[in-house]
Amino acid sequence: MPDSAEAADIPQAVLAAPAALTARGLAKQFRGFRAVDGVDLSVAEGSVHALVGPNGAGKTTLFNLLSGFIAPSAGQILLGDRDITGLAPEQIARLGVARSFQITNLFPMLTAREHVELALAGRAGQGFMFWRSDRLLIEHADRAEELLASVGLEHAATVPADTLPYGQKRALELALALALDPKVLLLDEPTAGMGAEDVDRTVELIGRVRAGRTVVLVEHNMNVVASLADRVTVLQLGQVLIEGEYAEVRDDPQVVAAYLGEPDAAH
Amino acid sequence: MVDVTQQLFNGLVGGGFLAMLALGLAVIFGMLRVVNFAHGAFYMLGAFGAYLLLTEAGVNFWLALLIVPVGLAVVGMVLERAFVHRLTRLDPLYNFLLTFGLALILQDAVKSQYGTQSKPYSRPALLDGSLNLGLFEYPRYQVFVLVFALVVCVAVWLVLARTRVGMIIRAATERPELTRALGIDVGRWVTPVFGFGIGLAGLAGVLAAPMRAVHPAMGADLIITVFAVVVIGGLGSIFGAVVAGFAIGMVQALGNLYVPAASQILVFILMAVVLLWRPTGLFGREEVLT
Repeated sequence: MPDSAEAADIPQAVLAAPAALTARGLAKQFRGFRAVDGVDLSVAEGSVHALVGPNGAGKTTLFNLLSGFIAPSAGQILLGDRDITGLAPEQIARLGVARSFQITNLFPMLTAREHVELALAGRAGQGFMFWRSDRLLIEHADRAEELLASVGLEHAATVPADTLPYGQKRALELALALALDPKVLLLDEPTAGMGAEDVDRTVELIGRVRAGRTVVLVEHNMNVVASLADRVTVLQLGQVLIEGEYAEVRDDPQVVAAYLGEPDAAH
Repeated sequence: MVDVTQQLFNGLVGGGFLAMLALGLAVIFGMLRVVNFAHGAFYMLGAFGAYLLLTEAGVNFWLALLIVPVGLAVVGMVLERAFVHRLTRLDPLYNFLLTFGLALILQDAVKSQYGTQSKPYSRPALLDGSLNLGLFEYPRYQVFVLVFALVVCVAVWLVLARTRVGMIIRAATERPELTRALGIDVGRWVTPVFGFGIGLAGLAGVLAAPMRAVHPAMGADLIITVFAVVVIGGLGSIFGAVVAGFAIGMVQALGNLYVPAASQILVFILMAVVLLWRPTGLFGREEVLT
């Protein structure tokens, strides 16, 4: 379907799509300050939606709210039509929202296969039914082999993740995401601390995983945002500064000012 | 030569107790990030439990070996739900204080009820007498304790390494948040793991009853050494706890033989040396500490 003539139309198609993830008036009050202050966000199904903004804009807090790791002080979060406000992280994960973390995306001492098996167990919602796991475990083990093979890690299945080279760690993260088969994928700075070559590879990996899913991305690297994101929301001081396509957002004077940190930027 | 091998054997037996206690501490620390200062008190309760079951209800050693650890595991789970759980969101210091206070309360409660005198507990008839190990005669009961401790350690390792619940516990120990993000309810496992660790302490206590003095301070005397074992093995490392447990047992036994005057402080000298050489312990990983 996406031949090059239609590719330019994707944002419009995406705009017409229903929202996969919605935040309404979302707020988080920490002692003394509001890290997230009344954020409205609508992430269209099938889109890649980037959250950008200077440090302290509330991006990570917003991520933690969306994935249930912290409870909002006010507001509502919807997954499709379903209200997921206040659910535990594992419940939200089982409903089809997978998230990555800024640095620690893997279990250092677990083998690659165990990573994928864990994700499969979590997704099946049977993480606790260890006693009736025989049949399921075999099913999972086979599926795990498949997933590892699909990212080229079949040879590394029994090796602790810690000992994998950098590129293979990234591949294992991808296998984890695929194992969860999420509807919505929340990626927290997937290219943080990477060199140019790894950035390119990661952009390519995300391009592969996004097929049939919705991706929300916190990202500092504007080249990554430009090549992946259909929509961009700029946050500042816990509030939405502006939302739009990359090109319009990039040239907005408010955004330029926010990034340069000019004092009159905040209105 | 015979003396040395016999002392090494004593060391292995003593190490078995250290290993079982350190194993429980390590599992609890890994899953809850709680250093359980009350661990020694539960070891003492294990021994007292066996003693009371025998004197009050005529329950023999073998049944006590089953009943006491299970009973204490249940007590541990109740404690986790009622107290420990409420404090996990706060500074870890609150749980240090809680378990430390608990240790003092349990120890003094037993002391006020049963006094400070050691209680006699005889070996089970089946394990009376001694066994010829080729080089020397060795008490049957001690051989039993050593084999039992080894079996327990290997069994725990197999559960952690081979089963799904073990995989989940290892995952939650390393990265609790990532585990939850994969859809696994980590909270469900916290209470059983705490109970399991307490049960292991109780098991060690029952095993200790026939060969060590059953008295209220028996846990407090031992637990300091167990903390040294956990630190030497590497905080949070289950493998390290077991290996260091047996190793320290042997170091203590050899210390008794060659430098009896220093045998009490030998463990701590060793701990200082290990920490200077490897600040995270023999099998610890830097990340575990952060």
